[in-house]
Formats: sequence, C-alpha cells, structure tokens
Amino acid sequence: MIFVSVGTQLPFERLIRSMDFWSEENPDKEVFAQVGKTDYTPCFMAFSEKLSPAEYTEKVNNADLIVSHVGMGTIITGLEHFKKMILMPRLAEMGEHRNDHQLGTAEKFSHIDSIVIVNSEYELKEAIDEHLSETRNNSVSTNVRTSPELINKLRDFIKTG
Amino acid sequence: MNTKLRVLCVSSSGGHWVQLKRVKQAFEDCDLFYASTEKDYSQSVIGSRFSYVPDASIRSSKLRILWQALCVLGVIIKVRPDVVVSTGAAPGFFAILFAKMLGKKTIWIDSIANVHQISLAGEKALRYVDLFITQWEHLAGERGLHYYGSVV
Repeated sequence: MIFVSVGTQLPFERLIRSMDFWSEENPDKEVFAQVGKTDYTPCFMAFSEKLSPAEYTEKVNNADLIVSHVGMGTIITGLEHFKKMILMPRLAEMGEHRNDHQLGTAEKFSHIDSIVIVNSEYELKEAIDEHLSETRNNSVSTNVRTSPELINKLRDFIKTG
Repeated sequence: MNTKLRVLCVSSSGGHWVQLKRVKQAFEDCDLFYASTEKDYSQSVIGSRFSYVPDASIRSSKLRILWQALCVLGVIIKVRPDVVVSTGAAPGFFAILFAKMLGKKTIWIDSIANVHQISLAGEKALRYVDLFITQWEHLAGERGLHYYGSVV
C-alpha cells in the first residue's frame, strides 16, 4: 500500500491531485491518502481528511511506500518505521506554505538512503514507478536515535540548571 | 512525599509533537505531563497525563490566539510544573512565556525543520528561555543558541 500524507495544518493539493492521477493510471495499486482540509476531492484513491494517531501509525505500518510533503512528523515517523519515503517540498510561491523552509529540510534529509526528494509532479511519478520496479527488497536500515548528548544535556539541565 | 520534578512538555500537533516525544527519555525520573492541540494525542503518551489546548497560529484571529494563551496558562496553573519544555510553535511560546513569568525553568528545542534560521515562535521565545537548543550546528553559537545533536 502507498500511504500519502500531507499533514493537517495546510492543504497540499498539488501532491494530492498528482497521486489521484497516478492512482487512475495504476488502478491495481492500493493507495490511501490523508488529504487535510482541501478543495480537491480524490476520485481514484481512498482518502480521509485526517487520521487519529492510532490510524496514522497503522497506515505507516502497512505502507510499502510513503509519499508526503517534507514534514518532520512524516520524516521521523517514516524513519522510525524503516519506510521508504518520497517527499515533495511545499512551495511558498504556490501558496502551499508560509515560507520555503521545506526546501531547506529537503536538502538536509536528501542524503538519507530511504528518502527521495522530488520537485515536480513528473519527478514524483518517475520516483514511484522506479520504486515499484525495484526488486522487492525495500527494507530500509536507517538508524534513528535521539542524540545521547542532547538527552544528557536535558537531564542535567532540569536537575541543576 | 513526592519529590520528583514535574516536567510539562507542550507543542502544537504534527512534526513538533513527534519531536517532543523523542526526548522523553531525558525525563524518565520525572512526573511527566504533556499538552498539545490534538485531543487524540492522549493515546500516544500513555503513562503521562495529557491536556488539550486549542490550536492557533500567527495567522489565526487575535481572539483565537488569546483563547489559546489562556488555555495554556490554565494548564500551567493546573500542572504546576518545575520545568516547561517546548518544540514549538504558538502554544509552546505561550507555555514558555507564562512559565518564565512564574519563575519556572524553561527549555526550547527548535524544530529540526528550521534549517536556515530558527523558527518564528523560537525567535519570540528566545528571551524567555533558560536553555535554547537548535538542532542544526551551523545555527548555534550566537545569542545563546546551543547545539547538542538532533532528535533523529
């Protein structure tokens, strides 16, 4: 299953529309999209405006691939669950976010093996098709842990200042 | 007598919340409380107490922002934390502001999404925090911005 998520704070119609078109062309592939508050109603994929934390975790668990905006919630959850992710940054010029910080985040996370950054609907389609044509071994072994130095600093600081 | 430190972690929903939960192990000896803008999040912090606060951001109406601020203040009065920790955004700012006014210890961990500059809420919170952490090394150094690695 391909799980599409755009967060709940702002719509990201460009991504939802692209995935709906992709679903139309690939009716044998199961796609589920969390679409947020958006004017566009998908016709060719299952969707929900928002998911509870339990539903969200279930979708992530069951996904072979996550397609999303470059949101830290998705990135961290995807890394925690060892999922392959295709991420498209929201652009301020298209009214998709207040600023272009997702471009910066995308650049910083693009070196991680399990993350592919795409910048257009065309690149998105290419990346999904490439992912599906790869051998079925899509297991991802990205090690994610919170910096021990950060944890130690917080521990010390709350006790001593 | 319970002498455990009371730690209140506050953030808005989504990525801020996911990051907030990833520093949980730093507070394992503490009485841990959470507050966020999504009621369902109580499910994801089982074992800690959770308070809902209404969502608002810089784009929201003044009335809505004020309502959020009052609700955050209510949580702080109810929880009586020794330490307030936030990853952002607006509810975290208010939590830091009120906690500082009440003489509590305050920690801001700026979201890892803020690669090129610290967040707007972080900028506003800067003068009220005792410890300001950025998750990007190149942003640390000036103005009391510290770097100790990141949550991923």
